[in-house]
Amino acid sequence: MKIKRRDFLKGAAGCGVLAAVGQPAFAEAKKKERLPGALGFLYDSTLCIGCQACMVGCKKANNMPVESSDLLPIWENPRDLSAKTLNIIKKYESGTGQNKDQETDGFAYVKRQCMHCADPGCVSACPVSAMRKNPDTGVVTYNKDACIGCRYCQVACPFNIPKFQWDSAFPQIVKCQMCSHLLAKGEIPGCCSSCPTGATVFGKTADLLAEAKRRRQMEPGKYYDFPVSSLDSGKTYSQMAGHYVPNIYGESEVGGTQVLMLAGVPFGKLGLPDLPEKSYASTAENINHTIYKGMIAPIVVLAGLYFFVNSSQKDKD
Amino acid sequence: MSEAKPVGGKVFTGPFLFFLVITLIGIYFLAKRFMFGLGAVTNMNDGFPWGIWITYDVVVGTAFACGGYSMALLVYIFNNGEYHPLVRPALLASMFGYTLAGVSVFVDIGRYWHIYNVFLPWFTNFNSVLLEVALCIAVYIVVLWIEFSPAFIEAKSGTRSKVNKLLIFFIALGILLPTMHQSSLGSLMILAGNKLSPLWWSPALPLIFLISAITMGYTVVIFESTVSALGFKRPFETEILAKLSLVIPILLVILLVVRFGDLLMRGQLGLAFSGDLQGNMFLLENVLHILPLLILASATNRKNAKMLFLSACCLMLGGLLYRFNTYLIGFDPGNGWHYFPAVGEQFITYAIIAAEILLYMIFVKKLPVLPSHGRAKA
Repeated sequence: MKIKRRDFLKGAAGCGVLAAVGQPAFAEAKKKERLPGALGFLYDSTLCIGCQACMVGCKKANNMPVESSDLLPIWENPRDLSAKTLNIIKKYESGTGQNKDQETDGFAYVKRQCMHCADPGCVSACPVSAMRKNPDTGVVTYNKDACIGCRYCQVACPFNIPKFQWDSAFPQIVKCQMCSHLLAKGEIPGCCSSCPTGATVFGKTADLLAEAKRRRQMEPGKYYDFPVSSLDSGKTYSQMAGHYVPNIYGESEVGGTQVLMLAGVPFGKLGLPDLPEKSYASTAENINHTIYKGMIAPIVVLAGLYFFVNSSQKDKD
Repeated sequence: MSEAKPVGGKVFTGPFLFFLVITLIGIYFLAKRFMFGLGAVTNMNDGFPWGIWITYDVVVGTAFACGGYSMALLVYIFNNGEYHPLVRPALLASMFGYTLAGVSVFVDIGRYWHIYNVFLPWFTNFNSVLLEVALCIAVYIVVLWIEFSPAFIEAKSGTRSKVNKLLIFFIALGILLPTMHQSSLGSLMILAGNKLSPLWWSPALPLIFLISAITMGYTVVIFESTVSALGFKRPFETEILAKLSLVIPILLVILLVVRFGDLLMRGQLGLAFSGDLQGNMFLLENVLHILPLLILASATNRKNAKMLFLSACCLMLGGLLYRFNTYLIGFDPGNGWHYFPAVGEQFITYAIIAAEILLYMIFVKKLPVLPSHGRAKA
């Protein structure tokens, strides 16, 4: 194929422009920090007795139907989060399974629900802003009137939290919204108000983080006062401090979450993913914004393309 | 340069009826989906919220439909007018590919009656890569129909229409839009983060998807030209395809350098040899890219219709597998979830493909799409 020099140059220039646009830039994005008013809860696996009262509290608070997955023993029923279950207590077991909060020959509980990320993948993903982060409380909410049911939020959630009503002709996405309807009335989320041991306490994430750090300083085996329901409820419960693994889950995972967790066994064993500090949302948005900032690059490229197409047509005339 | 002419002939042929039956079976499952929900016909689940409809019909389908884009790039930007006869059939395939991808999205989304929300400014989220994809593809479908419109006018008036300024704008737009959304189809999976194997997850996803899509465009042109020649008993366009096919090895070298450079930089290439499904699929995907590169690097092979067709088939499979790997095979949400498409789900995809072929058959018979060679039989 013989390419005329002039044509080659034109082509090369056109290619350069396209490549410049297509080329993702790796400049660091401004990190999205937790909001000052961020609300959340602290789940302390060592205080959890697996009574599942929080699951009942959640169902009541959100008018959710009873669910049984299959012929499982009643404690393990339902098996996992679903479009009918927004909050669940699951169990880790190993070996003889006799010692609480011990990695070998032990068992431990874990509570799963939306983590209310500081920089949520679902909010970044949603094309129609059905997933929103409350600008004051940081609670991630869902609006069915906006939702088109594309399920990109499910793909984008590192914790697999949003669920879809697969068996409905008019389905919705379902997820924990931190009982926003109760928060509006000055109440606290159903799971926190129903927890008898203080394993799940409600509060501002900043205060919860301080509380988590206080617990890590405790001497295992000694008795301390633990707040019940919410940090400022005034109710406390004296309990023996457990052995904690060093990290606070949610402190820095994918840019930090508003729900925090403490546990006696490594979080990986409890089924929580090992995640980087940088949120995937910031990586994706960074690339997208670099390419499409103010739509300047696409408009420049369009003008360039118009010029090339126009001159290629003139050659023929 | 040869003018485009309708192929003519009967519409209701054996193959036509075959594809019609498949389309009708698909319509049955479609009715079921709209009456009872996605769970009634698909195996998609909360771990795998996207199945073959997104992966094949949209992501692979639009990449296969990049012929119009790639040819426009070559003819109008690189100013190689000699390839002009290949533009219109490529454009037609692109038009159907994209239109049916749009239809698939409508079938796939759960709350389809809200689809117009993506156009409402108070709902749009400009941080969303999917919004960019949705708007871009929606506009591109319209642009493709406009780009193709001279064929309708010529069919009526019988004269070749001149390219006017407005059409030039749409041709330019028709090159810009796929550049935008084909790269964004890669960006989409950046948010999958830890759930996507590092063999495919990369900040370079948009760049790799873009280069791959352009390559697929030229590949599909070769494939379609060969299949049309066989199907409509027309002479092979080997001479022009031989020239065109030189572009492919060049693009493949760029693609492979970016792909492997990225894997080496992230230190993840070792996973390819782990012997598991993901590793093996990665190897197969790359064999399907390297093989056509080796074949098409030789000028003798490029002039051989069989070799051309063989490498086009390899590369189409390779591009298909790269997209399946990125969206399904390399995707693992953990927690024991798995996914394999249900029968009804598969049939809806087959119906989409069949409908595309049906429409292509009708259009080339009734409209001036394929170049006339004088020797062409009806």
